[in-house]
Amino acid sequence: MSVLEIRDLHVSVETEQGNKKILKGVDLTVNEGEIHAIMGPNGSGKSTLAYTIAGHPKYHVDSGSVKLDGVEVLDMAVDERARAGLFLAMQYPVEIPGVTVSNFLRTAKTALDGAAPPLRPWLKETRQSMANLRMDKSFAERNVNEGFSGGEKKRHEILQLELLKPRFAVLDETDSGLDVDALKVVSEGVNRAKANTGLGLLLITHYTRILRYIKPDFVHVFVEGRIAEEGGPELADRLEDEGYDRFLPIASAGSATIVG
Amino acid sequence: MRKQPDQDHAKHGALPRSDGGSVYVPVQTRSERFSSTEVSEFPEVTGRELEWKLSPVAKLRPLIDGSLVGGEWPYQAEATTGVQLEWIDRADARVGSAGKPEERASANAWSSFERALSVTVSGEEAEDLVLTRSSLTAVPSAAHTIITARKHSRGHVVLHNTGAAMLSENVEIVVEDGAHLTVVSVQQWDTDAVHAASHFARVGRDAHLRHVLVSLDGDVVRINPSVHLVSDGADVELFGAYFSTAGQHIEQQVFVDHDAANTRSRVAYKGALQGRDARSVWVGDVLIRQSGVGTDSYEQNRNLLLTDGARADSIPNLEIETGDIAGAGHASASGRFDDEQLFYLQARGISEEAARRLVVRGFLAEIVQKIGLPDLETKLESAIEAALVPGPSQEGPSN
Repeated sequence: MSVLEIRDLHVSVETEQGNKKILKGVDLTVNEGEIHAIMGPNGSGKSTLAYTIAGHPKYHVDSGSVKLDGVEVLDMAVDERARAGLFLAMQYPVEIPGVTVSNFLRTAKTALDGAAPPLRPWLKETRQSMANLRMDKSFAERNVNEGFSGGEKKRHEILQLELLKPRFAVLDETDSGLDVDALKVVSEGVNRAKANTGLGLLLITHYTRILRYIKPDFVHVFVEGRIAEEGGPELADRLEDEGYDRFLPIASAGSATIVG
Repeated sequence: MRKQPDQDHAKHGALPRSDGGSVYVPVQTRSERFSSTEVSEFPEVTGRELEWKLSPVAKLRPLIDGSLVGGEWPYQAEATTGVQLEWIDRADARVGSAGKPEERASANAWSSFERALSVTVSGEEAEDLVLTRSSLTAVPSAAHTIITARKHSRGHVVLHNTGAAMLSENVEIVVEDGAHLTVVSVQQWDTDAVHAASHFARVGRDAHLRHVLVSLDGDVVRINPSVHLVSDGADVELFGAYFSTAGQHIEQQVFVDHDAANTRSRVAYKGALQGRDARSVWVGDVLIRQSGVGTDSYEQNRNLLLTDGARADSIPNLEIETGDIAGAGHASASGRFDDEQLFYLQARGISEEAARRLVVRGFLAEIVQKIGLPDLETKLESAIEAALVPGPSQEGPSN
């Protein structure tokens, strides 16, 4: 069984004010088939964790490790991590002018598998996944993320999750900016991917509402660059009622609340 | 009224333009630029003139000042029923029907050519003609080509340039009333070729011209298309794609003259630059005369600088002499390769080199796909990809 292990991870970024430490010792173990929700107030380092796992060059790992089945992920280039089975659904996917969705998906699939997918089954699977995510057929011929609405961008991220079949996926605030219908469609896609491939999921969110549709096995509360509390799904319910106030210093208490 | 448009270079961290911007505007309206078919009427070129200051004048010198061979030149073309080809004399009435030289290399070619190649599109069913020039030589030469689309005709003319060249030429394009014409010029010359060209187009009533330049290979390629929209409802689209590599200079000075009511123009040029001293120049002059009421125009230039040591000049100019227009817009942006695009593609398992190829091919494909001939489009896209190998990451330590 696959396992993703994060140990004592310290990460910083360069800002105009100098080096800023964001992650201050994160420990987390995600087994294949598990859903972990990472919740926390803005600025707590949730997205930094996501981008560090994926290998974004902006984030500097000061110490610690991220291992996939015992192999150090932090030593791998960004594309090697993806080929090892990691996937990041991004909060703000970028536009790639002149590159169509179908070309992009086929190129990615070919890179991940080391060979081009057989055409007919691939087209059939792509069409089916798009239909499941209520995406029009014409979507395949649009340029990647160009002129996409917020909801279309998130569907496109989950479409990739379904088609590229990673072993572990980090979903970075996939729920933000979605109306309830789109949230349901996207959540169904995530649940379908998990049912089909049994992948492990790290669900990063500020809000509890996506957890109505994607049931976490574990909930971790992220505060000030480390995990402040862990528990089962009941912890999410408690956060829904109480917000993050009790985790925050007195001075800023009251400014961070949960919106359901 | 003369407007020096602001550019959005700032957001890419580039310095403001160095040619004065709003501080000093020389008295210079495009409509008053000197023109003549006689090379002797142009002053010596110093390289400081507005139309030459961004060009490698030393390399172009044989075309600007030297004597040029002006006889018939070899070409290959598949004849079709709707498109006629013939050599005509200098005295033929068709010569000079679309425009006159505005600079010395163009005038030198005009003074030197002996016979002009006339391409006439007359059929109302769309016809394709691919005219390949692959057997020119490094001897300084002049050429003159006249492409005429008769009233209500439909046609598609491609000039495909390969092999050696030291060529100055004029291409006249006449689009008569109601005609729809596409003219494509593809430059895939030998690496030491030098090519200076002026394209003059005259677009008639409710006629449409699509003009596409794709410049990939050659030491110096400088093609200046100038379009005169002379009658109501005339419509022009000017597209360009270029890929400049180490030491290469690719230039295009575009001019659109809105001289009648309800005319429309769209200008879009995109370039990629890679390697030390890879250069590109794009100048986009748009003039909306008092006669150009209801004009709808938009021009843009985008440059993708893939490595250090490359330079792209991008200069849009709008002159608007009437307040009664439908629209006049412009955009110019030159930026480095977008690291976020690279990250996004790599995060899907695509290698850095493949990601760069995908992005650059996509960037230029938008223009290449305007050609409308799928076989040629595929060949050019492959040529663009081939030029990208080896990728910048394999060139050793960067500077």
